[in-house]
Formats: sequence, structure tokens, C-alpha cells
Amino acid sequence: MLINKNELAGFLDQLMSRYQVFAPVKEADYTNFKQISSGTEATLDYSNTKIPPKGILFPQTEKLFSYSCGTEGAQVQECIDQQKKVVFGIRPCDAKSLVLLDNVFNNDKYQDPYYLTRRENTILVGLGCNRPAGTCFCTSLGGGPFDTTGLDALLVDTGDKYVVEILTERGRELFSGTTLPEAGEADRAAAAAVKETATVSCTVNLDGVKAKLDTDFYDPIWDGLHEKCLGCAVCTYTCPTCHCFDIVDDAVDANGCRVRNWDACMFPLFTLHGSGHNPRPTGKERFRQRVMHKFKYFVDNYNVMACVGCGRCIKNCPVNLDIRAILAEIQGSEARLDK
Amino acid sequence: MMRNPYLPLPMKLVKNFTETDDKLVHTFTLEYLNAADEAGFKYSPGQFAELCVFGKGEAPFGIASSPTEPGHLKFSVAKVGVVSTALHLMEEGTMVGVRGPLGNSFPLEDFKGKNLVIIGGGFAFTTLRALTAYILNPANRGDFGKLTVIYGARTPGLLLYKDELAEWEKRDDIDLVCTIDRPAEGWNGRVGFVPAVTKEVAPGADNAYAVICGPPVMIKFTMPELEALGFPPERIIMSLENRMKCGIGMCGRCNVGNKYVCKDGPVFTRAELNQLPNEY
Ligand SMILES: Cc1cc2nc3c(=O)[nH]c(=O)nc-3n(C[C@H](O)[C@H](O)[C@H](O)COP(=O)(O)OP(=O)(O)OC[C@H]3O[C@@H](n4cnc5c(N)ncnc54)[C@H](O)[C@@H]3O)c2cc1C
Ligand code: SF4
Ligand code: SF4
Ligand code: FES
Repeated sequence: MLINKNELAGFLDQLMSRYQVFAPVKEADYTNFKQISSGTEATLDYSNTKIPPKGILFPQTEKLFSYSCGTEGAQVQECIDQQKKVVFGIRPCDAKSLVLLDNVFNNDKYQDPYYLTRRENTILVGLGCNRPAGTCFCTSLGGGPFDTTGLDALLVDTGDKYVVEILTERGRELFSGTTLPEAGEADRAAAAAVKETATVSCTVNLDGVKAKLDTDFYDPIWDGLHEKCLGCAVCTYTCPTCHCFDIVDDAVDANGCRVRNWDACMFPLFTLHGSGHNPRPTGKERFRQRVMHKFKYFVDNYNVMACVGCGRCIKNCPVNLDIRAILAEIQGSEARLDK
Repeated sequence: MMRNPYLPLPMKLVKNFTETDDKLVHTFTLEYLNAADEAGFKYSPGQFAELCVFGKGEAPFGIASSPTEPGHLKFSVAKVGVVSTALHLMEEGTMVGVRGPLGNSFPLEDFKGKNLVIIGGGFAFTTLRALTAYILNPANRGDFGKLTVIYGARTPGLLLYKDELAEWEKRDDIDLVCTIDRPAEGWNGRVGFVPAVTKEVAPGADNAYAVICGPPVMIKFTMPELEALGFPPERIIMSLENRMKCGIGMCGRCNVGNKYVCKDGPVFTRAELNQLPNEY
């Protein structure tokens, strides 16, 4: 199938009658996923969004239930979002991040109905990366600019059109109700050529990193790695695989709602005990936690690293703390940073 | 439809009891609003629950009652912040939410046929009370060997569950040793710190498990005594209290190394903790 670029907006308008459609939208000098109300709002001409699309399934702030307390007890009203959604134009790294998050929200003992219901109802249409950015290192983590992990369909930009590859039954369902032209031999060849030429130039050698982390918890290397970190947590808020959250009440007297908000292991209050004791009292322990969680604990628990190489933490860190350099330092070898 | 682990069960606060003479620890007795809810709340000593004050928030507390005491749940709560203070101020008859039971429990199966030494300090005695009450239940007592309970507090007024301790004193199927830090008027019991008392009164480690909960200093100094008595790390049981929110292994807050205290704990053997970083 094919979507001619000049027909994209019309196509998205068609989808909107059946789904909530989320697509990259330009905001000031960056792009973010937004629910669109007109196909013209979407722009697929983007590198990657500032904030990852994880928020569509796991919102930055979300009402879990509302309650009111009266004489007959507490009335609790669950708020589970059942709307059918399409995320249109998601990058392969971000699609893969959702597959990683599935491990967390559907763990060995508990299921999170908020995330899992949305996940169940959400179709992911990917957009391959013709020109990966200098900060992208997805191939070092098993991904790639046209990787299809987690995707239901993939778009390949061949100049004036997108060639659509249907990958799952859900992808088929999405495109079945539409009137798109079939891709011809030449279109398929053009798509193959684009895939061939796209290269991720930055690689990080992760050989042995896990083994080092298995034994390096008390290594003096941690005394220095975090030194310039400000603890601002931008790296975690913009990371597609970070999932820490806080739960708070928003209420007047005993009527209100329980809300969860993104939170971050880089903040000192995150682990502060009621007694005043803090098991991760300084930036050193908190920075170590971030690295350990992604590259060791997640591997221990789910057999995969909790990083997709999207580069957001590198682009957004105010003091240029580069996770590639950190990993290289841990590994004891130099990373090739072909910026 | 999957069960929503974030929804609290409505319960009624039937008793708000000031437990310690400094008034900082209250014990709350809660009753199920719907009888059917009790059947769904199957717990075991060592587990915890999130107590929720509508309008304020929720916080995790060890379940101080034992499943052998049907009809209600008990929690003993120290006043430290928003939720605990709101609980302390609650009037009897008010609705509270309970989310749980959460976490693992003391390894009762492993304890069967073994002698037990239960060591507690201060207000961390809550789930140890649940464990002791469980073992002392006539239906269970025969499953376990000799039971020794060592319980220390700074002053007599800071001991929890004083009436119950007095009852236990009288029984011959439990050796209860209560101790306070310094001599106090009206106290005829033992004086001394928990580590020294443990050294003196704990029976040998043969065929025995030790369970220990208390302030970090108490644990730090009691550990060498247990080791000297011959308790291997596999037979020393501890319970951790990291800061928690979700209680179900998702919010990322309570981990020690690759374990979530809420989901994989809070009960660990010392041998398990020896394999983990010291972030608790
Ligand atoms: C498994 C488990 C079992 C437990 N069992 C028990 C038990 O049986 N009994 C018991 O009493 N406790 C128990 N606890 C501890 C209990 O959970 C905490 O005391 C409780 O969460 C405190 O909640 P709070 O809302 O009252 O305090 P919070 O309001 O959360 O505050 C606690 C402390 O954190 C600090 N703090 C919080 N927010 C801020 C902020 N924004 N800025 C600065 N400082 C801040 C304050 O210094 C305050 O003293 C247990 C904990 C766990 C994990
Ligand atoms: S973005 Fe940079 S400065 Fe901010 S917490 Fe992360 S590493 Fe530290
Ligand atoms: S750690 Fe950095 S590069 Fe890896 S997924 Fe998170 S934001 Fe992207
Ligand atoms: S309390 Fe949320 S992960 Fe343990």
C-alpha cells in the first residue's frame, strides 16, 4: 500500500472517524506527539519528538480513580481509558520502548489496567528513519532505523510517498477500511533502497558492560561519573523507557481523586524514608541507580537492557552528560562518538 | 477484566488506640464494610497493606493482626508525616481505604517443626506481633518448636501491645523477654540492649530460625550475636521498609538492586540481602 504525501492529511482525517489519532505536531522549535483534530496538524518531517510518546499509554499525569465520602461510605469511580487509538509516525526506537515497558506494567505478579487497556487498544504505525541523528545509537541495542519490534505497520519515506508495510493483524485492520493505492514494483524497490542507505553512524560497544555492572556496585568509578550531574531529571522525563511514578491525592476534604505523575530516581525525595533516612542520599547513588536500572537490573529481571538508544537523554542534558561516554567508561574502552 | 490493584477496599475504623505513652504510635482496628471483602483479603504474617485516607493519600504499613483473628485488621502507625498524622486524627467510625495484602510473608512453611527466636525493637514489632499471634493460635502451635520472643524498647511506655505481652508472660508455650534501655520506676523486667539480651537468652541455632525487625542500630549489633550463636544467614529473616508508592513493582521507588521490596519482599533472608547492594 502507498500513501502519497499530498494525500496524508486526508488519510489521517479518515482515521479520525474510527480512532483517536496521535501524530507528531510542531511546537515552537521542537515536535511532540499530540492528539490531532485535523490531518493537517501532523508533520512526519521530523527527527524525533522532544518528549517520547510513552505518555500516550502512560500519561505524565493521570487520574486513577475519583472518590467521594459520605455517610454511606466511600464511592470510588475507576477511570480507565478504553478509547481506540493510533499512534501515527512513531519512530522504531520508541515503539520498542513500549515493548520494554510491557514487562513492567504486566509483571510476574500484577497487571496495571490503565497502561494495559490503552496498550490493547492502541495501534502503532511506525515511520522508518532515513537520516538517523548523530545522537542515535539504536543499532547498539538491537534496534535499527527500520526495526519493526512492537510495530503494527511501518511507513518508509521514498520521497513523495510513504510505502506501507503491514506487520500485524491490527495493522491490517487499521488499513483495511481505507482506500489506498497498492505499492508497485518500483515503490517496493525504492523502499528497499532507502533502507539500504540509512545508517546509524554512532555505535556503543556494550560487550561486557553487564558483567562489569554485576560486580562494580562499590567500584570507585561511581565516585566521579555523576560529578557534573545537576539532578534535574531531564534525562529520565525524556527517556522512553523510564517508568517511575508518584501517587498523590488531589482533593478538597475527602472528595477528590487519586493521581499518578511521572517521577524520577534522580530526585532525593524519591527514596527518602519517613524516618529521615535515605538509602540513596547523594547524586552518586542516584546516578548509579539510573545506570544500574537500565543496564543491569532490567537485564536481570527481563533479559533486555532498558535503553533503546534514542539519544534524548544526550540531547537534553543541560551539562552534556552523555550516556554513551558513561557506558564507555564503565566498559573501559572508548565509544566511537561520530557526531 | 483484570483486577485493578490500585483500588482501595473500604473499611471502617472501629478503634483508634493510643499505644505508646509518648502518643506517637496509635493502633487502628479496621472492620470490613462488606463481609465478602474479607474472603478476598487472604493474608499471611509479614505482609503489608497501603492504608488510604481519602483526601490525603496512602502509605504502606505492616499488618499487625494475624489471619487467625478474623473480622478485622490491625495496624500500628507512628506519626511521621501527612498520611500517618491524618490517621492519628481520625475519629472512630470513619471510612479508610485498604489496598492489599501486598508483598511476601514470613516463610511459615520453612518454620514448621523449627524453633523460632523472634527479635523486635520499638514500633517495628507490628508484623512480629502478627507472626507470634499466628504461632500461638492453638490450631498452629503444634506445627512449630520452641518459641522465644525478645522485645526491646527505650522505655516501658514505648512497648507496643502491653496487655497482650502480659498475657504471653503467663503462658508456658512462649518464652517472652521484654527489655528496656535504662532502669525505670515500676519496671521489674529486664534492663539492657537487645543485642546483649539476645546473647544471654536466645537458645542455640540448632534447628532454629531467627526473625529480626527493628531500628538499624539494633539490627547492626544483634547480627554478630546471632552469628556467634551459629545462625547461618539462610536462617536469619529480616523485613525491609523502603519508601513505597505503588506496592506492586511498577513505580520504581523501593528497589534494592534488582529486587523490588514491595513485590519481591519485604521479607528477605540475610543470605538474600548479602547478595544485594546496601541501599535500604
Ligand atoms: C513494608 C513497609 C511496612 C511498614 N510498616 C510500618 C508500620 O507497621 N508502622 C509504621 O508506623 N510505619 C511503617 N512503615 C513506614 C511508613 O510507611 C511510613 O512511615 C509512612 O509511609 C509515612 O507516610 P506519611 O504520609 O505519614 O509521611 P510523609 O508525609 O510521606 O513524610 C514522611 C517524611 O518524609 C519527608 N518528606 C516527605 N515529603 C517531603 C517533602 N515534599 N519535602 C521534604 N520532606 C518530605 C518528611 O521528612 C517526613 O517526615 C512501613 C513501611 C514499609 C515500606
Ligand atoms: S539530564 Fe543530565 S544533569 Fe539532569 S539529571 Fe540527567 S544526567 Fe543529571
Ligand atoms: S537512556 Fe537515553 S538513549 Fe537510552 S532510551 Fe533513555 S533517553 Fe534514550
Ligand atoms: S513501591 Fe512501587 S515499585 Fe515498589
